[in-house]
Amino acid sequence: MTSDRSKLGFYLLLAPLLLWLVLLIILPHIGLFFVSISEKVGVREYETGLGNYAVFFNEPLYWRTFARTAIMSISTTALTLILGFPIAYYIAKMTRGRTKTTLFLMCLIPFWVSELVRTFGWMILLRETGIVSNALQYLGLTAGPVEFLYNDAAIMVGLVYTSILFMIVPLVTTLDSLDDSMIEAGYDLGGTGVSILREIIIPHAIPGIVSGCIVVFMLSLGNYLTPILLGGKDSLWFTGLIYTQFITRFNWELGSAFGFLLLALSSGIVFVGLKLSRQTLSETMGR
Amino acid sequence: MPATPDLQCIELTKDFSDFRAVDQVSFDVPPGSFFSILGPSGCGKTTLLRMIAGFQFPTSGDLKIKGKSMIGVGPNKRPVSMVFQHLALFPMMNIGENVGFGLRQRGVNKTEIKQRVERVLDRVGLPGITERQVSQLSGGQKQRVAIARCMVLEPDVLLLDEPLGALDLKLREHMKIELKSLQSAFNTTFVYITHDQSEALVMSDKIAVMNKGRFDQIGTARELYYDPNSAFVAGFVGDANRFEGKITAVNGDAVTMVTDNGSHLKACTITERVTKGQHVQIFIRPEAIQLTLEAVADADEYTIESVLFNGANSLAILRDPATGDLLNVTLPQTGAFLGLGKGDRVYARWEPEQARCYPGEGR
Repeated sequence: MTSDRSKLGFYLLLAPLLLWLVLLIILPHIGLFFVSISEKVGVREYETGLGNYAVFFNEPLYWRTFARTAIMSISTTALTLILGFPIAYYIAKMTRGRTKTTLFLMCLIPFWVSELVRTFGWMILLRETGIVSNALQYLGLTAGPVEFLYNDAAIMVGLVYTSILFMIVPLVTTLDSLDDSMIEAGYDLGGTGVSILREIIIPHAIPGIVSGCIVVFMLSLGNYLTPILLGGKDSLWFTGLIYTQFITRFNWELGSAFGFLLLALSSGIVFVGLKLSRQTLSETMGR
Repeated sequence: MPATPDLQCIELTKDFSDFRAVDQVSFDVPPGSFFSILGPSGCGKTTLLRMIAGFQFPTSGDLKIKGKSMIGVGPNKRPVSMVFQHLALFPMMNIGENVGFGLRQRGVNKTEIKQRVERVLDRVGLPGITERQVSQLSGGQKQRVAIARCMVLEPDVLLLDEPLGALDLKLREHMKIELKSLQSAFNTTFVYITHDQSEALVMSDKIAVMNKGRFDQIGTARELYYDPNSAFVAGFVGDANRFEGKITAVNGDAVTMVTDNGSHLKACTITERVTKGQHVQIFIRPEAIQLTLEAVADADEYTIESVLFNGANSLAILRDPATGDLLNVTLPQTGAFLGLGKGDRVYARWEPEQARCYPGEGR
């Protein structure tokens, strides 16, 4: 009796998770997969085949955009790590109590408004008639207005800004767990700042670094708004391509194939990253 | 001329924003000795040790190691090493890498690092463990690895910040003896801070008792135990019965005091003269009190309040039937007092020289 009831309870508790997984993740992907392997041969006539994937490999624009998105996302991740690590270190190790909470909150506050608003904020700063351009003219550093928007650097700025919180949070958590006396012991034994960073702090923070990098990489790769708004119509971001196939071209078959390629790309790069840092997914995400 | 002290502090002071943690502390530690700083938590001993290690800088005063001033010298440039309270072994490295860390920082070549690491691990009695992980070691082994990690650098002074605090009692007793023998084997100066008087008494050549940022007394274990020069030291080192009261009679060093409850107690003064009517406190060690079952000359009568059995350290708490004052007495385990229980009548006396009288209000 009791075991039956406890079993029922177990399945009831499991139900939301299973429903979420099956209905929202597995089923749509199965659907997309079937759409992606059907080729349109005539009006309402479809054949099963890998033609959509072949289109991707035969058209240089598609796979170059794909590679460009991957490289830009990796650079964004690296840049976010380089910028985020000192900030996280400062918050975790150099501050205490209220200052710590305040600084942490200051990282969080921009995320209270939508990504769209934040990105428009950057546009106000960077556009030709924007604040930075006007300031430079006022200071006499440039003769005419300067356009900072619609280039790769602007995309990078936007992506780093959007995702840096997701780097800082896991880093602060892992750095917080590093006992201060480890760092002191390092100095006491004759270590310099650089060697302590390399031999003690970074090895300790590796799980945080890896999980932060995975999240930032995924967010950048899958970002749509920031590249489009800050990069303009030539931004050539792979999600933009998918959007075009689905919405503008109404070519769901090709769009689905692109979606699967993006999934394969992100999984592949995360896998390589984990192998290179000798971490496992459960180790980094289980924290 | 005596050899240059390994460590010398001259009127060392450390002020924090709202209080003075270390207040004009001066002392010398001769080479090869085991020096302990004993004090209750919050007395400033950790701040003092961190100043010696270089993690904090003194507000004023000077600190010399082998005669060289260390003011403005960073912790990684000082010829001292520290064993941290929780040891701070690096979990991301194996034992060999841990012990070799300091040598790697100095740019010693790999083969020599390997040899020296193996040699020092051999000396602390842990040969052949270089490949193991920190988590695979027991508490006592970690302790020895932490010492080896410092000793491989051949420091002039080894600082130890209550490293035995986290160990269980049996291991702590064992490590006390081992630390002392390691110290004499390496013949390095050890500066050890602790709040545990038995650690300090057993291991040290010299002990400084620290209270509220100052050194109350520096001396050997015997001097502190038999000749405490202040009420704080008398109360902190060893156990003691403490009574407060007023002086009723003074005869040279010998005084008589009456407690607030009316007990008359004999004692002697050591440091300062006291006058009749002055407020004083006296300290009598439980082990200095002689207990008898029969009435003897100048012994007072007491009833047993309770017996706290603890093997060789058993105590009896006696109550003065007239005044209600309580007195702790060590029960000699000779068999004579085996049957004692609550309410029994006993007689207690002590030599007035064993009861020490200090002027002033307590605590």
